[in-house]
Amino acid sequence: MADFDVVDLGPAAHPAVGESAPDFIRPLVTDEFWEDRTLSELVAEGGQTIVVFTPMIGSFVGTYVWEELRDRDWAERADRIVGVTASTPYAVSAFITENDAPFDLFADPANDVADAYGIPHDLDGMAGVSEPRVAFFAIDDDMVITASWVATDWPEFPEYDELEDEFGL
Amino acid sequence: MSDTTSVGDATTGGEAPITFYRLQACPYCERVARLLEAFELEYQSRFVEPLHSKRDVVKRVAGVRTVPVIVDNRTGVTMAESANIVEYLESTYGSGDLSSSETSAVAGGDD
Repeated sequence: MADFDVVDLGPAAHPAVGESAPDFIRPLVTDEFWEDRTLSELVAEGGQTIVVFTPMIGSFVGTYVWEELRDRDWAERADRIVGVTASTPYAVSAFITENDAPFDLFADPANDVADAYGIPHDLDGMAGVSEPRVAFFAIDDDMVITASWVATDWPEFPEYDELEDEFGL
Repeated sequence: MSDTTSVGDATTGGEAPITFYRLQACPYCERVARLLEAFELEYQSRFVEPLHSKRDVVKRVAGVRTVPVIVDNRTGVTMAESANIVEYLESTYGSGDLSSSETSAVAGGDD
């Protein structure tokens, strides 16, 4: 651990467990194409949906999270995993290909979805650039949030084993 | 559906009867988009990569790697090449006069 204080983001004003997950429409990037999709449309397919917010493509923080989820086989173990990041569809598409990431991610370069979830992080030294905090929301098939984890430090990663217990994976 | 600020009023064309494979800024695709709009047809856009080698989905669906390609679930038609698509849309959904200049355009040259 560092012998200095890491950046404290403080608590985020995100929707709580038991509240409805904000719906949104954005291009959903798969390994073959992207198209506008709503979260509610995916959720309505049934089961549990886990929405994973990560910092923009190219940041080590985002890369570490997706590599961890890939290596932990979340794509197979969860009913549905969907990412959200503040990058263009082209960047997301390249990332999926280069990392063999078996996940679909919403491309939200303007970071509006993170705003709606109360988890935007304006980057110091990058004027006008905002990205999501690392955050996980488990959502049931009625769009109700059943569990969540949101970073309060910068950077901060979850204890994945504990997260898996809490999310029922 | 050009939603840049609001994320609350989410709607989607996911159930649209026409799937439209397209490349951003490809003139042949925009030509098809204009006609889809003119005929007020519901369609879902699927954007593919500029590199043909990264267009396996288009190859699988239509047998080619060029776009535009449309898949019309109402008629069961899958079609490539903008001139053919324009002619198909005109004859299937058009009134006969809207795109006479489009249908006479030279075929080929798609992206």
